[in-house]
Amino acid sequence: MLLVSVLVFALLHAAPGGPLSVYLENPGVRPEDIERLRRALGLDQPLATQYLRWLAAFVRGDWGFSLSDGRPVAERMLERAPATLELAATSLVMALLAAVPLGVRSAVRRGGWVDRIGSVAALTGVSLPVFWFGLLLQLSIAIGLGWLPSSGRSSAFEGGAADRIRHLILPGIVLAAVHAAAWSRYLRASMIGILSQRFILAGESRGVPHRRLMLRHALRNAAGPLVTVVLLDAALLVSGAVVTESVFAWPGLGGLFTEALARRDYPVLMAFLMVTSVAVIMLNLLADLAHRVLDPRTR
Amino acid sequence: MTRRADRGTLLALVVATILVTFALFAPWIAPHAPDAIDLAGRRASPSTAHWFGTDDLGRDLFARVLFGARVSLAIGVLAAALTVALGATVGTVAGWTGRWIDALLMRIADALLAMPRLPLLMITSVILRPGVALLIVLVAAVGWMETARVVRAEVRSLATRGFVEAARAVGAGAIWSMWRHVRPNVMPTLVVATTLAVGRSILLESALSFFGVGVQPPTASWGNMLYQAQATMATEPWLAFFPGVAIVISVLTVNALGERLDLPKKGSDSN
Repeated sequence: MLLVSVLVFALLHAAPGGPLSVYLENPGVRPEDIERLRRALGLDQPLATQYLRWLAAFVRGDWGFSLSDGRPVAERMLERAPATLELAATSLVMALLAAVPLGVRSAVRRGGWVDRIGSVAALTGVSLPVFWFGLLLQLSIAIGLGWLPSSGRSSAFEGGAADRIRHLILPGIVLAAVHAAAWSRYLRASMIGILSQRFILAGESRGVPHRRLMLRHALRNAAGPLVTVVLLDAALLVSGAVVTESVFAWPGLGGLFTEALARRDYPVLMAFLMVTSVAVIMLNLLADLAHRVLDPRTR
Repeated sequence: MTRRADRGTLLALVVATILVTFALFAPWIAPHAPDAIDLAGRRASPSTAHWFGTDDLGRDLFARVLFGARVSLAIGVLAAALTVALGATVGTVAGWTGRWIDALLMRIADALLAMPRLPLLMITSVILRPGVALLIVLVAAVGWMETARVVRAEVRSLATRGFVEAARAVGAGAIWSMWRHVRPNVMPTLVVATTLAVGRSILLESALSFFGVGVQPPTASWGNMLYQAQATMATEPWLAFFPGVAIVISVLTVNALGERLDLPKKGSDSN
């Protein structure tokens, strides 16, 4: 985590003109003012000191001010967070709803048509550029057929729940696609591993109903590793959210990131990178814990 | 391997050959120059004269997709090669030397793995405004960690095996041991890693260019063609369609190849 913060700090300083670039490029600001600002902001201190101060401020929640509207970065990010969480949760549910039945079915009827279609779909899913998939859905379903809204989180004059849900569907699908593809294959592989074990054979020979055996015994054992993988994919989810939110004009953190990118709003960009990296690390730790709790052998 | 898998491999190889041929011979295949502007024939939908239609400057989209293939595929292949070379080097050094060098390199890998790849690349691109060459380096710089981990594990397990220890005992140097004993053992892993990295690199390049921070116009890459197409998508959908199809086909092909290459290895884990 410390290394991540060092990397982010290094990036911040590699930005053209350093942290004062906006002022350097502004002809109305005199050089002596820049010098004064530099001293006031502590930029004449050695890098190590600056780094420690920046880190201390960051931990306290002081993430600097946005270059585009002057508001605190933390405030801007907080107001965007709920939309992203809503989208992420939706796509997580969608991805699991697609991946779990597909993975189980593919493993139980290996080589059957579900398995074959699943394998092609999974390969396609991981090969699709997320943004292009989003554009296609927008073009066909939203613009072409007019079934669902093409962008935003709600319509201007109706803010009801149904409207909100309609706005969620397309971005949810796009964000879920990559994960559903990868997770279904993963679940299939771990299910196949479990099905070849002796307790399944034992269950079968004792006349445990097939369905019950697959769902209660096999899936239960395969679910643990899947939870770990889902948590470990958090970094991928962040990248996906940036793209998806931008394509669908979703007013979340990813959208904020691309807006900041277009405006070269470095404080926002760095805070985003820092916060998401910390979140990913936390989720990875959680994955470790989940693995330990769910798999009795590691206790 | 079943016959089905063989057919799949063959298909993927054929498609890959066609793609590379198209990219290499683009100037001879393309019916129009990729940057020939024809203002009278702007925004034309696909026809026999312009198979994929034309863009807002009347440039032939088929020609642009062909020439875009050169940029996108070159970035994909070179970035993948660099990714794996970097990963193999780091992994070998870490696995062979052990101790603090190993710890340091692996912590760097952990840190980079924790940072979401696309946003990290986007920020770096905004700061450095890279040309194609630097873009390749950047894509490799955020992608080498997985290979490094795998290679490190292999090197570590090999370094303690009898035949490598024996080589050291008779005075073989570190580099010789690597080349003679470790390289053949990690080669299959590296081939698969490279293939999969090609697909990932093409996707990363297209995403960066789609956000306007990757390959810059007038150079055509599939990603920046989509970036330009986004604004007029409702009226000229073909501009958004064909470059995307090109991306999907190429990435699908290399991923399919990677998956097939991976199969025999899993079958013979016993050696």
